[in-house]
Amino acid sequence: MKSKSKSNLIRSLALHGLLIPLAIIWLFPLWMMFVFSTMPDYGIFSPGIILAPSTGFMDNVRNLQADTNFIGAMTISIVVAVVYTFLSVMLTSMAGWALARYRFAGRSGVIGIILGTITLPYSVVIIPQFIMVARDFGLANTWVALIVPPLFNSLGVLFMRQAFSMMPGELFDAARVEGVKEWQIFLRIALPLARPTMAALAIILFLASWNNYLWPLLINSRPGMMTAPVALGTLIGLTRVSWGGIMAGAVMLTAPILVIFVLLQRHFIAGIAAGAVK
Amino acid sequence: MAELSLTNIVKRYGALEIIHGANLDVKDGEFVVFVGPSGCGKSTLLRMIAGLEDISGGELKIGGRLVNDMEPADRGIAMVFQSYALYPHLTVEQNLNFGLRMNGNPKADTDRRVKQAAEILQITELMQRRPKQLSGGQRQRVAIGRAIVREPQIFLFDEPLSNLDAELRVQMRVEISRLHKKLGTTMIYVTHDQTEAMTLADKIVVLRSGNIEQVGAPLDLYDDPANQFVAGFVGSPKMNFLQAEVTDNQQGRVAVVLKGQRNVRLTLPITSAKVEVGQPVTVSIRPEHFLDAGRGDVDMTVDVDVAEHLGNTSYIYANIESGEQIVIEREESRSTGNRDKLTVALSAAKTFLFDSAGNRLR
Repeated sequence: MKSKSKSNLIRSLALHGLLIPLAIIWLFPLWMMFVFSTMPDYGIFSPGIILAPSTGFMDNVRNLQADTNFIGAMTISIVVAVVYTFLSVMLTSMAGWALARYRFAGRSGVIGIILGTITLPYSVVIIPQFIMVARDFGLANTWVALIVPPLFNSLGVLFMRQAFSMMPGELFDAARVEGVKEWQIFLRIALPLARPTMAALAIILFLASWNNYLWPLLINSRPGMMTAPVALGTLIGLTRVSWGGIMAGAVMLTAPILVIFVLLQRHFIAGIAAGAVK
Repeated sequence: MAELSLTNIVKRYGALEIIHGANLDVKDGEFVVFVGPSGCGKSTLLRMIAGLEDISGGELKIGGRLVNDMEPADRGIAMVFQSYALYPHLTVEQNLNFGLRMNGNPKADTDRRVKQAAEILQITELMQRRPKQLSGGQRQRVAIGRAIVREPQIFLFDEPLSNLDAELRVQMRVEISRLHKKLGTTMIYVTHDQTEAMTLADKIVVLRSGNIEQVGAPLDLYDDPANQFVAGFVGSPKMNFLQAEVTDNQQGRVAVVLKGQRNVRLTLPITSAKVEVGQPVTVSIRPEHFLDAGRGDVDMTVDVDVAEHLGNTSYIYANIESGEQIVIEREESRSTGNRDKLTVALSAAKTFLFDSAGNRLR
C-alpha cells in the first residue's frame, strides 16, 4: 500500500514536472501579449525583457479606436460570428441528420464528396469563391458575403452525422410508431440528444469565424464593414506600426474566446470525446 | 381491438429474400408469440406489421383494412422495443405523453390516458424521473405505458424482456400476461425464449430462416410438433434426438432400432408417410418422457456423465452407445451420481419419428 502511494507520488511529480514547463511555454506568448498591450510603443522596444504589466492599456485602446474604430469592427465580428455559428450548426445538423438516418440514392456519393472537400486547402477555393460572390452575385461588402459562403462546413456535417449515427435507431422508430412527424423527431428528439456535440461544434465554428482573416479581408473593402482581425491588420502600415494598439486589440479579441471556452469547457470535452467510448 | 392477417408476406433486401411468403391469421384479442432462433426473421416480420419495414410482397390487413403502404402511426398499433427506446432527455410523464402531444391530442384526454396507464403499471410515483434514474423493470413498464396511452388495436412487443435479469423477467412476464387479460387487446410478441412463448401465448408461431414452420397453441406444439425443428425448439430441456434405422414395416407398424443399440427396438404406428426398411430415421423423446425401467416398451441402459439435482427434479446427462448425449429428467433420481449406469424405459406413445430431412413421420 505504502509503495503504491509512493509510486503514485513519483508519477504525479514526473507528470507535473513535464506539464508545468509545457504550460509555461504555451502561456508565455499570451502573457507577453497582455504585457505589451499595457505599454506605449517605446516601452515595448526598450532593452531587456519586461514581464510585469504597465498601466497604459486604456491609452492603447483609445489609440486603437482612433485609428480603426475597433469597437465597431468588434461589433461586426460578434454579429457575424454569432449568426454564422447559429446558422452553420443548424445547417450542418440537418445535413448530418439526413446523411446519418435516411437511405436515399447517391447517399454514399454525397458523403464521399463532402469528405473530398475537406482535403481541398482553403487557398484553392478562395479565389473561385471570391469571383462567384463578388463578380457573379455582386455581394461584395455585404453581411451576406461575410456569413453565407463559409456556412456549409463539411467537417461540421461529418461531425454531426457521426453524433446522429451513434444514437439508437429504435428511439426514432418508437417516435414514428407514435405518429411523430419527421421534423419533430429531428427537433424534439435528435437535436436535444446531440447537444454536447453541437456545443463543441459551435465553439469550433465560432472560433473559425472569429479568427477568420483572409475571407473578410478579400470580400470587404469598405472600412465600415471590417471585422476585428482585418481592422487590426490595417494597423501594420508601411511607415508606422502601432504595436501597443495591435496588442491591446489582440487581447480584446482573445478575451471573449477564453471566457466562452472556460464556460463551455465541459460540453466541449464531452462533445469531442463523444463516441470515443461506447 | 382488431384481427390481423398476413397473406403471402415477402421481404426482400435487393436480391436477398428474408421472409418467404408468410401466411397467418390472428384473431381479435389473441396473444400471439413469434418464436425462433436469431436471424429467423421474427423481428423483421414484426417490424413489417409495425410499418417500420416495407413489405416487398403480399397483403397485410389490420382490422380488415389493407395497410401495406400505410404509415406506422395510422395502423392502430403500438410497439414496445427491446431497448425500451425511452427518450432519455424527457421525464417519464413526458415520455408517456410525447406522441399524443406531438399529434395535437387534447390536453385533458392526454392527461387522462397518461394517468390511467401510470395507474395500470404502478408508475405514478416515477412520473418526474428521467429514464436513467429508473431500474430496468421500471423502464420496461414506462415503455409499455407509452404503448398503452396510444390505445392501440394491436400491441407489438419486440423481445421486451431480454434485457432484464432472470427474476425480473419472470415477474414482467406475469405482468404482461395480466395486462393482456385486463385490456383484451390483440398482442403480438417476439421472443427467442421458448419459455416466454409457452407461458404467454394463446398461439405460437415458430419461425425458421424466414419460413413459418408451425402455428398452434403452446401445448399442441409440445404434444404434436410438425417437424424436428419445432420439436427441438419447444420444450426445455431440449428434446433428445437419437439416430435409428427402420428394420420392419408391416401394415402401418414401423419397427426401428437405435444406432449402436440393436436391442432397443420400438414399434410405432406410421400410417400416412412412406417408410422403407433400412431407411435412417431420428427417434425423438423429451427428457421428461423417460420412464422407470420396465415401465415402458423397451429398456435402455445409459452411462451417466453428469447429474444435476435441482431438488424437485434431476437432470441426468448421459451417453448412449452410439456416442450421442441425451438428457433425462427424473423426479426420483437424487441418488444417481456421476459415472453410474442407469436403466430407463422408452414408450412408443411418447416418441416421435422424423425422416432425415427433419419431417415428421406419422
